[in-house]
Amino acid sequence: MGVSGSDIRIGVYVCHCGKNIAGVIDPAKVAESASKLPGVVVARDYPYMCSEPGQALIEKDIKELGVNRVVVAACSPRMHEPTFQAVLARAGLNPYLLEMVNIREHVTWAHSDNPEAAEKKAMELVKAGVERAARLEPLETEKIGVVKSALVIGGGIAGIRAALDLANAGFKVYLVEREPSIGGKMAKLDKTFPTLDCSQCILTPLMVDVANHPNITLYTYSEVESVEGSPGNFLVKVELKPTYVDWSKCVGCGICMEKCPGRAPDEFDEGLRQRKAIYIQFPQAVPRKAVIDPNACLYLTKGVCRVCEKVCPAGAIDFEQKPRYVELKVGAIVVAVGFDLYDARKLYEYGYGKYKNVITGLQLERLSSAGGPTGGKIVRPSDGKPPKTVVIVLCAGSRDKAHLEYCCRIGCMAGLKHAYYIKTSIPDAKVFICYTDLRAFGKGYEEFYSRIRSMEDVYFIRGRPMEVFELPDGTLQVDVYDQNSNRMLRIEADLVVLEVGVAPPKGFEELRKKLKISISPEGWGLELHPKLKPVETPTDGIYLAGFVQGPKDIPDAVAHAGAAAAAAAAFMAKGYIESEPYVAEVNEDLCSGCGICVAMCPYDAITIVEKEGRRVAKVDLAKCKGCGACAGACPSGAMQQRHFKDSQLRPVVTALARGI
Amino acid sequence: MDSQFEPRIVVFTCNWCSYAAVDLAGTSRTTYPHNVRIVRVMCSSRLTPELVLKALAEGADAVLITGCHPGDCHYISGNYKTLRRYLLLKKMLEQLGLGDRVRLAWFSAAEGERFAQFIREFVEEVRKLGPLHGGG
Repeated sequence: MGVSGSDIRIGVYVCHCGKNIAGVIDPAKVAESASKLPGVVVARDYPYMCSEPGQALIEKDIKELGVNRVVVAACSPRMHEPTFQAVLARAGLNPYLLEMVNIREHVTWAHSDNPEAAEKKAMELVKAGVERAARLEPLETEKIGVVKSALVIGGGIAGIRAALDLANAGFKVYLVEREPSIGGKMAKLDKTFPTLDCSQCILTPLMVDVANHPNITLYTYSEVESVEGSPGNFLVKVELKPTYVDWSKCVGCGICMEKCPGRAPDEFDEGLRQRKAIYIQFPQAVPRKAVIDPNACLYLTKGVCRVCEKVCPAGAIDFEQKPRYVELKVGAIVVAVGFDLYDARKLYEYGYGKYKNVITGLQLERLSSAGGPTGGKIVRPSDGKPPKTVVIVLCAGSRDKAHLEYCCRIGCMAGLKHAYYIKTSIPDAKVFICYTDLRAFGKGYEEFYSRIRSMEDVYFIRGRPMEVFELPDGTLQVDVYDQNSNRMLRIEADLVVLEVGVAPPKGFEELRKKLKISISPEGWGLELHPKLKPVETPTDGIYLAGFVQGPKDIPDAVAHAGAAAAAAAAFMAKGYIESEPYVAEVNEDLCSGCGICVAMCPYDAITIVEKEGRRVAKVDLAKCKGCGACAGACPSGAMQQRHFKDSQLRPVVTALARGI
Repeated sequence: MDSQFEPRIVVFTCNWCSYAAVDLAGTSRTTYPHNVRIVRVMCSSRLTPELVLKALAEGADAVLITGCHPGDCHYISGNYKTLRRYLLLKKMLEQLGLGDRVRLAWFSAAEGERFAQFIREFVEEVRKLGPLHGGG
């Protein structure tokens, strides 16, 4: 076995990657050193191996020099392994006879401070790659059918857009939303920047489209319980939480809400008013169905009342309801779970939660909304009077190492929009916008900024307020240092609006573990590539849509969701995926049937079977996902993982441990 | 003049988290000591104790085993299996006086800088331990 076999003909191709590699080490020298290694028949360097002429070079050598193992020393296999596998396939070689050696991410980019050591390291890695290439074996895969239906998790604007796009493309879509209604954060907004479109007017028609679409099944007040299966064939269990109202009977008349004595803070109105224990989330809710809050319902908490049951004309109340579960078979999953506001209570210096007249931007949206607690009248919460002086604090919690280091990407524009709300609602009000940097980067944003800037009695202060104090009459005193005028300012304000930072949504940590999605250090879903794969995840068939991948305004979230839907549609439309090539295999001569591998396998892919009077392990290739845990545990070396066999790994370890 | 001892460290990574972390360190142009040599497997649970010992026997001064954070394994539970195997191996290594030369660490795909920092510290530690192979 190994290099000595005369039938092994290795070609080594060292990429310059422009200056990315060649700017630190000399690729020609690396190729030169590789050319002396056993089994190597040709070693070349080229400015861009991944370019068309670069690829043609490899193809030509395979055809003309009989190269039958290919080592490409270039970037990470996570970047271009598929590119070069395709080159091998085009030239008639099994694509798994390729070994990528990562001399860019792991060498020249990481050790640019020590070119000499970097060059030696590159040579050593190539040597190890050649050792491994000599022992690679051709692998076969099978085509596995993909289920042509998708799950969209999250019914905000991103989830709605993704669901509609997929449904319109002809795929069956299941949309799961944990709130009673779809709509998400956008449903709470009064207007959207910079066009000042009425948020609900542009959103609710889409919500209705979702409800009426023949290809969409909506599960609201529901959560993903578990995710099993594999790309193209996921099995998802969804919990339908008890609403205590039979939705097949409820017509959404709202009589129950009038009579219900139970109270709880209204989440939809951001706690600005109380809702009933039985409630319809908001007037335009989709579906427009009532839900009983088990923590506020007098019957469910104290065992007395049942008034709703008596008044419901449809007889829809059902206190006996238990959680129900549905199992969905889907090919692709789009994750569009959005975001939460950062907890403004953590910004102690501003007194949110302590001072009534300190509110969040989202609360101001509810005050400004015609469907909100004041019918669209902007008032101070303490006494219901219109505020005459308003301070808007941008970057509340954002761009602050003590809270959130990143920019929320929506606060600046929201703050400008909120100044507009106040000036149009209370024309003689004074508005102070305290900013760090005003970021008006999107289409039409700068123009909107100019428009607000030119409004009378809107003042821009460059500085984040140090502290807010409450005076006995509820007026707030805001201390801020204005860096533009170099002056300490003390503003007496009726209302302080915090444009609070954004954070990954509650429950995302549990959900992303079920889906095996990686996260960035801030906790957002991690895309496969920040530039080129912005909606993909390392798992085929799972895509990120909207805010959950990182802060976005509505236009960006919608565009991102459209991209996620397109990626999911492309994945499903292809109709199949290749089966896992790196599966486990048993050498039955060595296997003693001890069964250690059976316990190791997380997919129940291994069983012990009788064969010619002996007990041996058997791998179900359809279930094997190629982790190699069985091979790692096998005491006799009988269980091996294809492409990562002991015989393929040992020479690599030896080469790297010895060096050159 | 004695030149500084440059240890040779073999690092095993999984395909999904820790290999991506090493990639990210490079992509972010974070420099760290060149002494590490990466071996990629699909999951850290593929590793046998033999491969770790082989690295030490063949010339490595230390070995670092890496994988996804607990709960984040692409294959559900591979990293827990690695952890159990590592703890057993560690007991044996300690009896051989090699306990400090094999480490286990978890890196998510987003922890490029953390990987670089870990390597900076680990290389220093191994430098203090000195060569495993009599300076050869």
